[in-house]
Amino acid sequence: MSGSNPINSGVVDPLVDSSLAGIASAVDLAALLEARSALVGETSEISKLNASIKNMPNEFKAEAGAILGAARGKLNAAFAARESELAKVAESLALAAETVDVTTWASHAPVGARHPLSLMPDQISDIFIGMGWEIAEGPEVESEWFNFDALNFDADHPARAMQDTFFIEPADAHLVLRTHTSPVQVRSMLDREVPIYVLCPGRVYRTDELDETHTPVFHQVEGLAVDKGLTMADLRGTLEHFARLMFGPEAKIRLRPNYFPFTEPSAELDIWHTAAKGGPRWIEWGGCGMVNPNVLRAAGIDPEEYSGFAFGMGIERTLMFRNGVLDMHDMVESDIRFSQQFGVTL
Amino acid sequence: MRVPLSWLAEYVDLPGDATPDSVMAELVKVGFEEEAAHGFDVTGPVVVGQVLEFTPEPQSNGKTIRWCQVRVAPEGQKAADGGEDVRGIVCGASNFEVGDKVVVCLPGSVLPGDFAIAARSTYGHISDGMMASAKELSLNDDHGGIIRLHEMGLDPKVGVDAIELLNLADKAAEINVTPDRGYCFSIRGVAREYSHATKAEFRDPAGNAQPENAHGFEVSIDDATGIRGRVGCDRFVLRTVRGVDAAKPTPPWMITRLKLAGMRSVSLVVDITNYVMLELGQPTHAYDLDKLNGGIKVRRAIAGETLKTLDGQVRKLDAEDLLITDGSGPIGLAGVMGGESTEVSNETVNVIIEAAHFDPVSIARSARRHKLISEASKRFERGVDPKIGEYAAARVVQLLEVHAGGTADSLGANYSTLGDSPAIWLPATFAQEITGVEYTVDEVTGVLADIGCVVAHVEGGYEVIAPSWRPDLAHKTDLAEEIARIVGYERIGTRLPVAPPGRGLTKNQKLRRAVLTAAVGSGATEVLTYPFVSDEANGYFSDAASKVVLANPMQVESGQLRLTILSGLIDAARRNLSRGLTDLAIFEEGSVFLPTSGYGKAFDLPNAESRPTVEILDSVMATLPAQPKHFAALLIGERVKQQVGVSAQNYDYSDAIALAARIVSATGQELTVRQGSTKGFHPGRTAELLVGETSIGFAGELAPALASDKDLPRRVAAVEIDLDVLYSSAPEVLQASPIFGYPAATQDLSLLVPLEVAAGDVLRTIEEGAGELLEQVRLVEDYRSEKLPEGQKSLTFALRFRATDRTLTQAEASESRDAAVVLATSKFGATIRA
Repeated sequence: MSGSNPINSGVVDPLVDSSLAGIASAVDLAALLEARSALVGETSEISKLNASIKNMPNEFKAEAGAILGAARGKLNAAFAARESELAKVAESLALAAETVDVTTWASHAPVGARHPLSLMPDQISDIFIGMGWEIAEGPEVESEWFNFDALNFDADHPARAMQDTFFIEPADAHLVLRTHTSPVQVRSMLDREVPIYVLCPGRVYRTDELDETHTPVFHQVEGLAVDKGLTMADLRGTLEHFARLMFGPEAKIRLRPNYFPFTEPSAELDIWHTAAKGGPRWIEWGGCGMVNPNVLRAAGIDPEEYSGFAFGMGIERTLMFRNGVLDMHDMVESDIRFSQQFGVTL
Repeated sequence: MRVPLSWLAEYVDLPGDATPDSVMAELVKVGFEEEAAHGFDVTGPVVVGQVLEFTPEPQSNGKTIRWCQVRVAPEGQKAADGGEDVRGIVCGASNFEVGDKVVVCLPGSVLPGDFAIAARSTYGHISDGMMASAKELSLNDDHGGIIRLHEMGLDPKVGVDAIELLNLADKAAEINVTPDRGYCFSIRGVAREYSHATKAEFRDPAGNAQPENAHGFEVSIDDATGIRGRVGCDRFVLRTVRGVDAAKPTPPWMITRLKLAGMRSVSLVVDITNYVMLELGQPTHAYDLDKLNGGIKVRRAIAGETLKTLDGQVRKLDAEDLLITDGSGPIGLAGVMGGESTEVSNETVNVIIEAAHFDPVSIARSARRHKLISEASKRFERGVDPKIGEYAAARVVQLLEVHAGGTADSLGANYSTLGDSPAIWLPATFAQEITGVEYTVDEVTGVLADIGCVVAHVEGGYEVIAPSWRPDLAHKTDLAEEIARIVGYERIGTRLPVAPPGRGLTKNQKLRRAVLTAAVGSGATEVLTYPFVSDEANGYFSDAASKVVLANPMQVESGQLRLTILSGLIDAARRNLSRGLTDLAIFEEGSVFLPTSGYGKAFDLPNAESRPTVEILDSVMATLPAQPKHFAALLIGERVKQQVGVSAQNYDYSDAIALAARIVSATGQELTVRQGSTKGFHPGRTAELLVGETSIGFAGELAPALASDKDLPRRVAAVEIDLDVLYSSAPEVLQASPIFGYPAATQDLSLLVPLEVAAGDVLRTIEEGAGELLEQVRLVEDYRSEKLPEGQKSLTFALRFRATDRTLTQAEASESRDAAVVLATSKFGATIRA
């Protein structure tokens, strides 16, 4: 044995300590890479010591190898830990650099909207579908027979002249723009088997000049039920249910006597409008009544066996007081801002 | 109907504090909607004055005013406004004399139109009040000068309240009378209804004057066929009054009541006939007896006959017009308006009064034919009490005797073919079956008796005879309605009927909602335009010669119904643009109106007494135009606006096609597009839209000339789709395809094809040629360059292949791709671009 092992912890430990200090002081990944090259690269002290092992006496080789191996292990672990630390720092710096002002978000597609006059009948239809009713439709250019005659408006009936009707040429073809959706009720009675429970939404026409509360083209929804034993109590019950779903559980309705050729008895339907300007009050909402026996007869339904009720209301009017639309012009002028304030809901 | 409250109060008890509003609130309970309140709006110290002296003073403006001294209170007393008993008043009128009694509006009074009277300095004087004209008090439109009270037959004391004197404090309630209640075009009818509403006692004004038997004037009715089998006249009463002074003034109370009721004072005799009409609902007519030529015959007109009516118009008569004639020919259009030749004048001495009953249909048709809706025709059309004529004539006689100084004469006539009203059978529980309300026997008999019926309660029900003034009561349902109405609708209960299980929305209703949702999802905004368009607008997108034309359009220039929705959307776009809304995606779903072969054929409507036969219904339907549902949209301006980090992108033709693709997809179908052309669209930028081989519409850009003509930008993307056609091929149920999870292989393919070959055709050929392994193919580039062989373009497609049972190799994918190229080569001469 010739002296002690030249590679001992007294030599290696200081080297490890100074290298660990070098790793810890690397401020970023690039510095760490440099440190790795300097501290454990080919020209580093530790590599030189390692290279010297092969010239050492054999009895020292194993111990020197173990000491240097442990030192390298320690340093590699330190490199890995520091690298992970520095990577996290680098990532967070990169993310910080990507910060944007989110309030500048951009829309890459316009947002569409339904027109409330087309949306509201859909919502009303859903209410009645939920009660088992069906939705019936009919043509807007209609035969006078469906629009008047079959509805107990005789050719000379004063109410027929009062309907402000748009007539279609030539006169002897007897075509009109329907003045109400009631012809759809007649068509339903002709097409369907009793019992009949149908809702008839649609566009109707009268020769009223456009102003704040009138328009020559407007929308109605009408309901018709024909069954055995129906009374005005069924009419009231249906309208009350409808009113609550449209206006909330507090909604109340009132029936007042009126006249329509196609119903008897006939009633005006008022709704208790809690949100009315100037305080709650009754507002006229629509008309209703028991189907006139003459109308049932025109459709081939025996009025001695069946009875029916019908009701109808204007969509524009409903929208006005339910949703606070003040001027009819807004509904008919096709200004996109009107539809867009509602979007797809009412 | 306007109802002066003082008049109403004569025949039914009104509370002392009744107002038009309180009266209307009662009447609405029995079915009369309120219309308005009316009054003279004259308040404050308005008194009778007497002109003591005046000095005419010519003015520099050419006018001569009168500076008047007017006594407005008895000597030594304070005037109504607390001021002096004699006032200096400047007056512009010159129709009065010293000593005349006049109406003086003292300072503090307010005239209609919020016209406040005050002492004011004018023409060098302090005018301490105003002498009023009839127009200023809104008594009539006569502005010929100030009121001279002696001309109205009045000689009141100076200083008395002129508001009270002239009944200017009276007010009227205006109610809407529905067509079934003609009897309520009278104070008599409204008083009766007010009594129903309040249970206040009703006094029938028919009792004011008792009929007397008059005879000797020849009356005949010649109307064998009538209209719709009904003879035009079934009652004709004539009464005579001799020795009247027709020039006498109408009493002021009558003028104010007429005025409040909406009628103008004309002359004493005419005013009396109008007054009685308003009171009893029976139109009456006064003839100058001395101008009549022989007896009266009621008959239909002969073609070519004419009649000069009281309004001075010469009317060409129709063979359906019912006439009053004498030996000279037509002297009146029955029930509508009298003739000028027998009109009463101030010189008239002997008057003969007509109170007749005419068939409503006949009168309604004449009134409409001659566009002459008179107070008389309005009443006859809705049904006048056929039995009130005698009473009305007697009432006119009575008022003429009192106010015109005449004497009743026995000359007259009393023609009648009226029969007894038939009894109506009302089963005991019928009203309950209709309303669900249990009525007692006393309620039923009580209500029916109150409205004037004769009721017999017998085994199983009631035998009811309706009163003569209620022609609307003909069936048991009419009676049930009266019971419900008078007892009150508040007794009606609440029950929610249970409908049989429904089938939900129909296929087309569901598809419509899906389409609208898809359009909104594409960023478009729904609008609703009127379907009224001009002939020009209907020609924007169609060459159709035949259109649906309105007989009475609101605006002559928009007299047709639209053939396409786009024609109307152009105006909608314009309006938005004019309001600065320059980026638009608007759409509309709705009907268009297309004449068919059967459309507009002359056609006699079937009667509606029973269900028409299938053949008749079919022929009714055949007269209608086709009214398919369409969808249309216009896309204008920027789809994406410039924003932070985003540059603006304009709408173009492909947005219109993409919208169409989403609409079609919403119906569970796939859109195919091919180069197309249609009127109003850009000839090189229009796609024909197809589902399968069926054309459903067009999308692309509007013809730039049309766009610029309508003040739209040059590039406007547009689409119109026939939804009915689209819906007809939509599947009821969509079938799923399995989803396979094996990895995909992707390849790009660039083909050189001739310029005129459509990329879409190449794409479909690749799909066909590549076979089953090709999952998706997408066109990614259409490259054109001078560097390419002449006449060729390069189309690059991205292909995605997938097998259903294994991981695909690139070699398999290439094989599939090569097969596609082979087919494209054979079809289009396509070559792979190196």
